[in-house]
Amino acid sequence: MATAHHDEHPSGLGRWLMTTNHKDIGTLYLLFALVMFFVGGAMALVIRAELFQPGLQVVDPHFFNQMTTVHALVMVFGVVMPAFTGLANWLIPMMIGAPDMALPRLNNWSFWLLPPAATLLIISLFVPGGGPAGGWTLYPPLSVQTGMGMDFTILSVHLLGMSSILGSINIIATILNMRAPGMTFMKMPMFVWTWLITAYLLLAVMPVLAGAVTMLLTDRHFGTHFFDAAGGGDPVLFQHVFWFFGHPEVYILILPAFGVFSQIIPTFARKPLFGYDTMVYATASIAFLSFIVWAHHMYTVGMPLAGELFFMYATMLIAVPTGVKVFNWIATMWRGSMTFETPMLYAVAGVFTFTMGGLTGLMLSIAPADFQYHDTYFVVAHFHYTIFGGSVLALMGAAYYWLPKWTGHMYNERLGKWQFWLTMIGFHLAFFPQHFLGLAGMPRRIPDYALQFTEFNQWSTVGAFVMGFAQLLLLYIVVQTIRSGRKAGAKVWEGAEGLEWTLSSPPPYHSFAVAPDIK
Amino acid sequence: MTTKADIKSSNRRLARNLLIVAVAMFGFGYALSPMYDLMCKAFGLNGKTGRIEEQAAAQPVDTSRTVTVEFTGLATSGLPWEFKPLVKKMEVHPGETTEVKYLARNLAQEEITGQAIPSVSPGISATHFNKIECFCFTQQTLRPGESREMPVRFVVDAGLDKDVHTITLSYSFFNTDKLSAKKYGGEALGQGENHAHRAHPAMASGS
Repeated sequence: MATAHHDEHPSGLGRWLMTTNHKDIGTLYLLFALVMFFVGGAMALVIRAELFQPGLQVVDPHFFNQMTTVHALVMVFGVVMPAFTGLANWLIPMMIGAPDMALPRLNNWSFWLLPPAATLLIISLFVPGGGPAGGWTLYPPLSVQTGMGMDFTILSVHLLGMSSILGSINIIATILNMRAPGMTFMKMPMFVWTWLITAYLLLAVMPVLAGAVTMLLTDRHFGTHFFDAAGGGDPVLFQHVFWFFGHPEVYILILPAFGVFSQIIPTFARKPLFGYDTMVYATASIAFLSFIVWAHHMYTVGMPLAGELFFMYATMLIAVPTGVKVFNWIATMWRGSMTFETPMLYAVAGVFTFTMGGLTGLMLSIAPADFQYHDTYFVVAHFHYTIFGGSVLALMGAAYYWLPKWTGHMYNERLGKWQFWLTMIGFHLAFFPQHFLGLAGMPRRIPDYALQFTEFNQWSTVGAFVMGFAQLLLLYIVVQTIRSGRKAGAKVWEGAEGLEWTLSSPPPYHSFAVAPDIK
Repeated sequence: MTTKADIKSSNRRLARNLLIVAVAMFGFGYALSPMYDLMCKAFGLNGKTGRIEEQAAAQPVDTSRTVTVEFTGLATSGLPWEFKPLVKKMEVHPGETTEVKYLARNLAQEEITGQAIPSVSPGISATHFNKIECFCFTQQTLRPGESREMPVRFVVDAGLDKDVHTITLSYSFFNTDKLSAKKYGGEALGQGENHAHRAHPAMASGS
């Protein structure tokens, strides 16, 4: 780092294997996530194809169960988390005026742990007995009894966890140590703030998941009895350990999305973010609360009343900081000079659908009501509204927003709008009916259903396929933008604020070798 | 103004400290296991029953109140035993020491050792259901074809919530040997055709 900076770098495969450049690694993360997005999406379409009609027609139930399980694992660990880490790699150094990430070699390793992890997970589908089929939550006793596919999955989760932990250490070190002089904490862009808090969450809970799956592994092969009632263990213990990780995990998926909304909305409303300080405090409060609400995922295990009440009230409390954020975004738009380019469409739609998912989350937080909703399609609708409607829409918005910066080319606005509307119509058609299916009692993770659910399921399947094929358009737009397109200026959007827009598009391979002046 | 070397060393230091946090949290995940057991014992969660000595059980009998106690039992799929309570239900007074018997018969052609795991429902009443003697305190070994009547001596203490009128005591009997359990279908999901995880209907008995 102390040597002179130069723009030449190894070419070909070697460049990507050995790169320590934050922009290259960011690109690798984003491409990896894009590939996995299609893998996980294909699995979702297998699920929806089977559910087009009652009865069994496309796949056998065991394979169906593998699809629901691996779809979720791929989307959570292979798409949303790596994609946000990719954004962090690309953007955080440019946003805080740093020349690179704090620990560039570690950064390379964090990324290159992912492809082997994904390979292990996909291989699990092809070993005798098939892949994991008991749901992404890997609950015992099923996960202890199932075939060797589970061992592949467990090792894959270990690698994914290691990658996230190393990535988050790097992000924390970058933000704490590498800010340009004058870039105080309360001047940092919201995206940097949300990632700082997310990185701490990752650091706290990914090791707990690693512990949980290690216990599964030793229960399976090394004679321990953590979750084996016959040996004095308890399967419910796993649920506690898993959700102690799992609930912070869902905020790990959504907080960087909040950061993205907070970057995009002020740009296209042409007003500074409303309530910056409260946004920071709200994000920190959400992170804190995420540690004390885990058992709301398991109201039905037979907790005492006091426990149910505690987790119910704590969960409802999360609506307060989340509400602060939503109202701040609305207030940012209020009387702004708004225009609706594709990134803004995604941001506004993301806030809207996420709020719908938040509302159903509030319904689910009510312990007595949850006994009815538990393990139904209502839950499926809820988390797809939050994770797809929040995180994935934010990712797509972010892609359109920063793609001109990354590639130096403007994307095709007309196609972008098409892709947005097809995705939105497909999404709502796929998931809105699932609320009603769930309320009417259709259980999740079952390949067959009662006849009266047919119509809503058919809408849902049609919507899923529309949404799926709209992503081919996304792929086309991304490739087209990388290869050609109108030249983009340094400040791609007239309302954009922040250090990354002071750099050329695409930015030089080594940016901010000399720290910028912060006003 | 900090130099590049300063930043580099403080990055290293911070990374090391954060790694220590990660390792500590890995340990915390394991620590949740004993913590969970302690919580279950302390608050009587999860249907885990209490165990007390004979003399400690002695307390005035409250004849003004009767509680129905139901008994069920299940030999899990890896244990080829017939297992059932000899009495399906009975009425007891709080404070009264009562004995019931369960029957276990080994249906296999070899000696097998099993361990019974009790559970009380509703879970909230588990702390008030105390056992003085139980076949679940130790492992049970049965020779081929051997059957055994096994006692449970228990007392429901007077602290039981007034709204609880029925308590169910349930046992799941497990094969203690994993290989043997697998042989009898305990790990039904295994490698291949049989994806359904089901108990042997002939062997699962009880309520």
